[in-house]
Amino acid sequence: MQVGIVAESAPGETRVAGTPSTVAQLRRLGYDVVVERGAGAGSRLPDAAYAEAGARIGGAGEAWGCDIVLTVNAPNDPELTQMQDGAVLVSWLSPGLNPALVEKLATLPITALAVDAVPRISRAQSMDVLSSTANIAGYRAVIEAANEFGRFFTGQVTAAGKVPPAKVLVAGAGVAGLAAIGAASSLGAIVRATDPRPEVADQVRSIGGTYLPVEVAVEQSADGYAKATSADYDAAAARLYAEQARDVDIIITTANIPGRPAPKLITAADVAAMKSGSVIVDLAAGNGGNVEGTVPGERVVTENGVTIIGYTDLARRLPAQASQLYGQNLVNLLKLLTPGRDGVLVLDLDDVVQRAITVVRDGEKLWPPPPVSVSAAPPAAGPAAPEARVETQRRRPFPLAGRIALTVVGLAALLALVAFAPPPLPQHFTVLVLAIVVGFYVIGKVAHALHTPLMSVTNAISGVVVVGAMLQLGIDDPITLVLAGVAVLLVSINIFGGFAVTRRMLRMFSKEAAR
Amino acid sequence: MSLTVAIASAAYLVAALLFILALAGLSRHETARGGVVYGVGGMAVAILATLALVIQGAVAGGSWIGIVILVAALAVGGAVGLWRAARVEMTGMPQFIALMHSFVGLAAVLIGWNGHLESGDVAPGLLGIHRAEIFIGVFIGAVTFTGSIVAYLKLSARMRSAPLVLPGRNALNIAALAVFAGLTVWFVIDPQLWLLVAVTVVALALGWHLVASIGGGDMPVVISMLNSYSGWAAAASGFLLDNDLLIVTGALVGSSGAYLSYIMCRAMNRSFLNVIFGGYGNAAPAKRGEEAEQGEVQEITAEETAQLLAEAKSVVITPGFGMAVAQAQYPVAELSRILRERGVDVRFGIHPVAGRLPGHMNVLLAEAKVPYDIVLEMDEINEDLPETDVVLVIGANDTVNPAAAEEPGSPIAGMPVLEVWKAREVVVFKRSMASGYAGVPNPLFTRDNTRMLFGDAKERVQDIVRALAEVTTSS
Repeated sequence: MQVGIVAESAPGETRVAGTPSTVAQLRRLGYDVVVERGAGAGSRLPDAAYAEAGARIGGAGEAWGCDIVLTVNAPNDPELTQMQDGAVLVSWLSPGLNPALVEKLATLPITALAVDAVPRISRAQSMDVLSSTANIAGYRAVIEAANEFGRFFTGQVTAAGKVPPAKVLVAGAGVAGLAAIGAASSLGAIVRATDPRPEVADQVRSIGGTYLPVEVAVEQSADGYAKATSADYDAAAARLYAEQARDVDIIITTANIPGRPAPKLITAADVAAMKSGSVIVDLAAGNGGNVEGTVPGERVVTENGVTIIGYTDLARRLPAQASQLYGQNLVNLLKLLTPGRDGVLVLDLDDVVQRAITVVRDGEKLWPPPPVSVSAAPPAAGPAAPEARVETQRRRPFPLAGRIALTVVGLAALLALVAFAPPPLPQHFTVLVLAIVVGFYVIGKVAHALHTPLMSVTNAISGVVVVGAMLQLGIDDPITLVLAGVAVLLVSINIFGGFAVTRRMLRMFSKEAAR
Repeated sequence: MSLTVAIASAAYLVAALLFILALAGLSRHETARGGVVYGVGGMAVAILATLALVIQGAVAGGSWIGIVILVAALAVGGAVGLWRAARVEMTGMPQFIALMHSFVGLAAVLIGWNGHLESGDVAPGLLGIHRAEIFIGVFIGAVTFTGSIVAYLKLSARMRSAPLVLPGRNALNIAALAVFAGLTVWFVIDPQLWLLVAVTVVALALGWHLVASIGGGDMPVVISMLNSYSGWAAAASGFLLDNDLLIVTGALVGSSGAYLSYIMCRAMNRSFLNVIFGGYGNAAPAKRGEEAEQGEVQEITAEETAQLLAEAKSVVITPGFGMAVAQAQYPVAELSRILRERGVDVRFGIHPVAGRLPGHMNVLLAEAKVPYDIVLEMDEINEDLPETDVVLVIGANDTVNPAAAEEPGSPIAGMPVLEVWKAREVVVFKRSMASGYAGVPNPLFTRDNTRMLFGDAKERVQDIVRALAEVTTSS
């Protein structure tokens, strides 16, 4: 089947749904790839690079006419009419926010997959375009803030005096928030983060931030997103933000609740309390904004000199990276949809991931999908999974009393045995018991790495039964002679073989210094 | 007591001490080769002293046939032993050692039989004890013999390594022990030859069944156990022949094997009895119903792995039995050498039960000329793993399974494992998505920071080595 990668027509779009690297991966899945001429221009990806990766460069009609069409933005009507009957559209459709688009798609004999509807389960993380985009936005937010902020992020002691580090507050430690924390702390800033979910504290710490808890109980949501929170919590959080606003230089807000306007976290009073020259980046601007005074898509400067950035196109401001991650997400999705790795797309609606993203199948409207419940909060971009060591499962040693009892019984049995055994036996037992004790102490010190040589040496040594067999050779009886002879033969293989192979192994062990 | 006998007894004591020194020498790499010299010396002393006794007996008796057989057997056996030792592959070490154990077991059986056939000069009061000793010696020897043979067959893949599950297998084992006890009593009262034959057969069958019902992955424990048995067989022969040297040596070897078994069992968080009589097969299905969410694995190519390694500062390689199967130790050593020349800190992490023999991985890496001071044990490497950039998991599965540490319901819960998932990136070399020996799904494969590199471990490592040559020192 042919996969088409089209040039995006949306105004201001710089991204593209595939890069030379993802094209090569699509080829490995068995697909032929057609890239519209100039599709990668916004991301500085020349047509030649696509061609080198194995794609055919074609016109818009050819790309839209493929069996599978990959796009970043939802296509407009003229574009849709270029699609073939039975083709598959893979795009960022936002079906929940765009009922008109869903209706329109349902009138066409095509299949439409909404990549942004991938459920938040760990299996689907590699295809989660929301996470990829949020990650880029979080990073870019820090870069935008640094650009506006007239100072260093990192503290320095210079000949011209001491420079204090910038203080950054990140509201919301989701994927975007964590990316922002990581980027800001690697620039050297002091980073603090808030989030209604206390379980993210470890993740915040692991990438260099300090977690500021809001001390109120929250309910756990079923879909893995933080829910709208209680009034008590809001009051406590408002106090926290007011306090922080007076102190920090940069605020980056990332609080988005799906399907609702973004919560207002920073009030106009908080903004007014900030120092002149401070910067706020509102990642929720497209959704109403977390900050009072945000203008979506604009950069505004308040009367007291605070810059509020409400850009809604942060991912487009990092086009090459955004295209690469988006394209990789699509490749991962197509891997799931191409079970045979043979270039044939198979849609399995019994699979929750595939069901969740299918908006329209061959003209049949399948939106909205049945809800997917996420059992645990998604690990998001958390590098440090919570540690749950299973100490209780470790084999419990015998109870002390039992061990003592066992030892006593064993010793008593040995005592009885030796005391009542006829003459040569007690002496033999003495030797045996002492040798066992010596053996345990000697072997206990052997290095792990030498266990194989140890085995071969003990093997050679146990060949000492040759002594017994040899002594039996002194008896003049044909059967005895034969049996003893065979025993000597076998055991001498052990003795010579065991020692020789041990020497061979030990010669191999060499220390670095010796070489 | 003649002078020769007195000197021989003294020589036996010297030999016993030399054997202890031999084992003590193996405690450290620096002294290990000296240990072997002590061992060879001890054996030479013991054999020469015995030879003197036999020659003295031959002179007195006027029959030299025993001497001829002795020299011929020693020469042939020695030649065979040296030949095999020089030829054996290091990857074939487990089966080699298993086969050697079987020889000691068989020899103990033969000595026991001889002990019955020529029991002439035993004091009447000790006759019963003598017969019991014969029985015990033959029994342990025969179990060791067939057990080792089965282990050998399984390890050299001449027999399916999956455990054989007979109905009521534990009852069978216990029945065999009961028959042994009964026959012993009977034999002490009435020493019939057929009783000896019967006990030999029972013991052979028991040894066969005991090891046949244990799977391939538990072989480190089985081999250590057989090592121990071969020691006890030697000690039993010592009781029979009234010879302290055999008793001391047998006890040393026996306790050595037992200690190794103990270490292996602890490394799997299982009891010895569980390994021998249980096995994962019986416990695992309980959890099968609620299949844990199977995640999507993320693949990586050899070239990307090379890039990853070139940019890493610290790399840990954790090999397992799969490395031995693929004979990948040479390319792996080559890879580690190249990375070290590029300034990457490369180390190896070895789980105690990696491979099929205690210390198996260490020997393989040593064979490929990896310096032993960068080959670390699990406990030494685990604390460094969170600061490690890249971990390469080559042919290991259960020993790096996070379920052991994080899922209390897992069959391998509580088993100490290499905590590779804490590293920044993990690359798992694997032929397919099959689960490991324990049959437990491995959540490591679907972690965010895990990449799978499918294919034959040896070829993939060679691909990486080739690709590394092209990666210019960008970092």
